[in-house]
Amino acid sequence: MPDITKHHIETADDGVVTLSLSGRMDLERFGELTPLIGTIFDSYTPSRLNVDMAGIDYIDSSGALFVVKLEDEARARSVAFTLSGLSREKMGILSLIDREALAKPSLAPRERRLNLIEQLGNASIIAVKDMYDIVSFGGELIYELGHSVTHLRKVRWGDVVTYMKKVGVDGLPIVGLISFLLGLIMAFMSSLQLKQFGANVYVASLVAVAMVRELGPIMTAIIVAGRSGSAFAAEIGTMRVNEEVDALATMGFSPMRFLSIPKVIASLVTVPVLTVFASIFAIMGGLIVGVVGLNLTIFTYIQQTMKAISIFDIVSGLVKSFVFAAAISAVGCQRGFKVRGGAEAVGNATTSAVVTSIFLIIVIDSTFAIILHYIHWA
Amino acid sequence: MEKGNRTTADPVIKVEGLTVRYGDNTVLDGVDFEVYPGEIFVIMGGSGCGKSTLLKHVIGIETPAEGKIRINGTDTALLDDSELRKLHMGIGMLFQSSALFGSMTIGENVALPLTEFTALPTKDITSIVRMKLGMVELAGYDNHYPAELSGGMKKRAGIARAMAMEPAMLFLDEPSAGLDPVTSAELDLLIRKLNEGTGTTMVIVTHELETIFNISHRIIMLDRDAKGIIAEGDPRVLRTSSQDARVTDFFNRRVTKKKHEGMTT
Repeated sequence: MPDITKHHIETADDGVVTLSLSGRMDLERFGELTPLIGTIFDSYTPSRLNVDMAGIDYIDSSGALFVVKLEDEARARSVAFTLSGLSREKMGILSLIDREALAKPSLAPRERRLNLIEQLGNASIIAVKDMYDIVSFGGELIYELGHSVTHLRKVRWGDVVTYMKKVGVDGLPIVGLISFLLGLIMAFMSSLQLKQFGANVYVASLVAVAMVRELGPIMTAIIVAGRSGSAFAAEIGTMRVNEEVDALATMGFSPMRFLSIPKVIASLVTVPVLTVFASIFAIMGGLIVGVVGLNLTIFTYIQQTMKAISIFDIVSGLVKSFVFAAAISAVGCQRGFKVRGGAEAVGNATTSAVVTSIFLIIVIDSTFAIILHYIHWA
Repeated sequence: MEKGNRTTADPVIKVEGLTVRYGDNTVLDGVDFEVYPGEIFVIMGGSGCGKSTLLKHVIGIETPAEGKIRINGTDTALLDDSELRKLHMGIGMLFQSSALFGSMTIGENVALPLTEFTALPTKDITSIVRMKLGMVELAGYDNHYPAELSGGMKKRAGIARAMAMEPAMLFLDEPSAGLDPVTSAELDLLIRKLNEGTGTTMVIVTHELETIFNISHRIIMLDRDAKGIIAEGDPRVLRTSSQDARVTDFFNRRVTKKKHEGMTT
């Protein structure tokens, strides 16, 4: 069986052109065949075109498409066209090609590329709508939380424990490691400056105050947003795609109560605990630098740490982490519930959950900084 | 096992002694069958009998515990990853869920294998995509996304994508699952039309009796308890002349006494 499509063009004095094809006419040769259409009509300008396919061993739908295109071109140029040499069996493939379909315009126009101003406007509308959705979801969540407080037996405590393990226990190693290294780096970098003034002991104060007030809650919240907020969005999003959320609704459950409340309660409990651990690990990191690099005793370092932080710092850090937990879990669930479509939408929801959570963490932290400033000095 | 008529040409698929185990659970035990060029071959049987499992092994997605699968005479177990990929390029597969890529339009879905595996210019790919969509009666839907199509249209789009590379063999997993009887019958007609027009060998996994009688040339029937084939041949003949009660019960939608009792206890 010849491996290529061979063609032979014969011209007669009366302008009749005969194209003889042999071998295989398939997808692999389609790219070589299509330029022939232009060659035949432009170079030979036939008054009649005869296509002889007696030598064709194999033809698939791409090969048939070439024949159809050849005939269409002949029609468009008012050139008489005849086809010969194809067995009845091989003619079957030609009957599969819907000529109208080839010329039929798309029913849905291709999406137009938006210009910069349109994109900006679009993004603003989406941002406002998004904020509205988050606030609306937050309101519903607060209502459901209130309902759960008054109906404690209806809360799915088994799920709460499961999510406490996922968010808290499973997250502890990475929170601990990152906080420890953060404390170590902070102590090392600050010691380089403080050493010059003989203020080595204040390294302990710096690490403790920074971690307990600010960095502990923020770092923990960012890690939880990346680990658990995204997981909440993916889990609920996949359930939406699989119509499991609709199934819950039709069975008479409140999907919000069933799916969100256990996640939110688990986060509200575990994130502050993780924050405490984060601060302890960071102080331990600073302690190592203090003892090894600055010749401080363990007792001095701990004493200085205790002196630097107040109950107000600890409580404000914990309150902050509590609010962060509410924001992360609420955004994760809200993004999950918003999923429409398939796998791509779940991926988008996951990304959006993390990005929005981190943005909210920073906004909430800034708000707290202002509020706490006035409370502290009041 | 009952055997029906077979052609004399060399088989394009030959399965010998295929055994599939998941842990200690044997799903298929010593399955043998052959598929001949150009035929519509149906793998049928009740739920959980291993139809889809058998299909996954035949197309090389899963590796059997024992036995050989030869595609065009080549033992698939002897192929390395790149050879297996080449083999996959020569076959088309319609998944039960259609498995269209949701982020791409229907046109892009069909064009994907053409842009990846051929050097054709965009203009040629566009005409092939339009032709394929026309063949499955979806002309004009090239810019639609899968989410905008009905179940039947998704299946047809899935067939167009599966046939984009002009495969010699097309595998269809439960093509009419979840479709209404009219859409299902339309799909059957389309499959038959494509088979007759292109001569593509089609292997279909289904338990839909309408589909089996409408389009199949030959079937094998699997049984969960037998862990293999209990009948092979023309379903129209097997329906009336089979001596095996399991076969006639299935074709005539009869609930066996044993199964019925099992359900009520």
